[in-house]
Amino acid sequence: MAQGTQRKFSPEAQKEVDKILFSYGVKESAVLPVLHVAQREFGCLDRAAVELVASTLGLSPTRVAQTASFYTMFSPAPLGKHVIQVCTNVSCSLLGSEGIVRYLEKRLGVERGHTRPDGLVTLSTVECLGSCGTAPVMAVNDRYFENLTTEKVESILRELGL
Amino acid sequence: MAEKILLKNVGIPGSERLETYRSRGGYRALEKALRELKPSEVTDAVKKSGLRGRGGAGFPTGLKWSFVPKDVPGPRYLCCNADEGEPGTFKDRVILENDPHMLLEGIAISCFALSVVEAFIYIRGEFALGAERLERAVAEAEEAGLLGPNVLGSDFGLKVHVHRGAGSYICGEETALLESLEGKRGLPRLKPPFPASVGLYGRPTVINNVETLSCVPSIVQNGPEWFASIGTKGNTGPKLFAVSGHVERPGVYELPLGVTLRELLFEYAGGIRGGRGLKAVMPGGSSTPVITAEQADVKMDFDSLAAVGSALGSGAVIVMDDATCMVEVALGLTKFYRHESCGQCTPCREGLGWMVRLLEGIEFGRGSTADIDLLLEIASGISGKTLCPMGDAAVIPAQSTIARFRDEYESHVRTGGCPFKSAAGKVE
Ligand SMILES: Cc1cc2nc3c(=O)[nH]c(=O)nc-3n(C[C@H](O)[C@H](O)[C@H](O)COP(=O)(O)O)c2cc1C
Ligand code: SF4
Ligand code: FES
Repeated sequence: MAQGTQRKFSPEAQKEVDKILFSYGVKESAVLPVLHVAQREFGCLDRAAVELVASTLGLSPTRVAQTASFYTMFSPAPLGKHVIQVCTNVSCSLLGSEGIVRYLEKRLGVERGHTRPDGLVTLSTVECLGSCGTAPVMAVNDRYFENLTTEKVESILRELGL
Repeated sequence: MAEKILLKNVGIPGSERLETYRSRGGYRALEKALRELKPSEVTDAVKKSGLRGRGGAGFPTGLKWSFVPKDVPGPRYLCCNADEGEPGTFKDRVILENDPHMLLEGIAISCFALSVVEAFIYIRGEFALGAERLERAVAEAEEAGLLGPNVLGSDFGLKVHVHRGAGSYICGEETALLESLEGKRGLPRLKPPFPASVGLYGRPTVINNVETLSCVPSIVQNGPEWFASIGTKGNTGPKLFAVSGHVERPGVYELPLGVTLRELLFEYAGGIRGGRGLKAVMPGGSSTPVITAEQADVKMDFDSLAAVGSALGSGAVIVMDDATCMVEVALGLTKFYRHESCGQCTPCREGLGWMVRLLEGIEFGRGSTADIDLLLEIASGISGKTLCPMGDAAVIPAQSTIARFRDEYESHVRTGGCPFKSAAGKVE
């Protein structure tokens, strides 16, 4: 059980969670779906979030934490407001993704794999995003930006207010 | 261009909506299956069509279905593999985002054939748009009585879940996918037992790729003979080829299996970018051995590519021009596999890190000829000695680039660095 934590889902998120619980006959299968809701709701899966998910599902927090730590989309610590992920796998690297990453590092003043101290942006490299026909590609939060050039990256950053 | 089957609706406004799909003949195959065919007749049709799995291994789909025991009481499951993570592969995403109902119809017919009443689509976590469209499609289909308790008024019922992954390449491996669906870490299971007998929740389970299941409606609608007349002998039907890298027009092309690589690259994908020469191709994703420009007349099908020492894999055609450094390509991909190793097997977990260090040494001018042979030795110590096929896949980039481009490795060693460095402008 959650040990005295105040963490709760918002009413909308709770509705979503209830729908998930209702839909899955085997509660273990609801682990990933509910973790997704929690990640979105709290911005990361810290201990309190994991405990909330565990108690929601009637599973041990260790069991849930073990699962969560396996998947790259679940983050134990808060990320920046804008999470920029540049694909550096084969098709993207053939078309210059390294240059895109370096441009972003310089322009944003943050190295790959890090969050800027002001919390506005996290820059990382990722494996193939399944968009190799429009390489190079990056994802900003949930959205894909394709056929990147440094000019295009610049205008995306401006649009994001960065 | 050949008649389009899998991509026929792509590009039509609102192609993802039920009304569009139905207005173009959608769900008639499901109706035909439910009204005119017995489940076993659907399986027979899929067998007769010659359909082979489009997820990577090319296993005959009808045969896979027939492994599910018929006499075991209790639930059985179908899992659609929509984890699409093999580098270079972006074909399933086109279906998920543009024609989710074609996939749902394929799933419904397959579940009818297999007496499955609950199916899961395991879609990779990053495909937010695909998941959203699929979810809406499921809701539309349920509303219209095409899914749910009584499909088209029959006593066949089906519940379809859209289940999002969360960023893990190994979850595309079928048993890791099952573990993940059970809310666990995606650690591949030891086989046997195979999922057909012990799968999801320990129950008989069929796992098929998105494109595989999307072939089923047209097989039922037009007949297995029609499907088998497309392609080459033993390699039937249409195939989605995802072409990326150094071509003028990258993209997903639907062509019959057996089209030549040359045709695909030069007639459809517009040839090599900037008028450069073709150097090498990974014809079926990053886990398939590279072939060279001299082999461009190979037919793009399972058997022909196997005959030249490669594989069709997922149909992801990664094209490299003559300015590409093969050591750099091998290094990047070996790093990818090292990163994605689930860590259960020592050779995969430790061996790949060792290979990365050796490849880095060669690429950045600190390597020796002995390192090239050592790479091959480590690779053979991983291949075939791991729990899941990722171990075999992971060593292929290094192994196959050394086999075909050993001179390039040697010139790195000789000159103490990368001869392509200025072209690629890379730094350590
Ligand atoms: C490391 C690894 C990753 C895989 N990734 C995928 C994938 O993303 N999508 C897929 O359909 N099959 C993938 N497969 C193949 C599946 O294990 C399985 O063979 C396939 O989904 C079966 O479907 P099919 O018979 O329709 O081809 C992968 C296999 C391995 C070893
Ligand atoms: S081969 Fe690699 S990925 Fe597959 S089970 Fe072993 S360690 Fe995991
Ligand atoms: S390699 Fe970058 S999206 Fe596939």
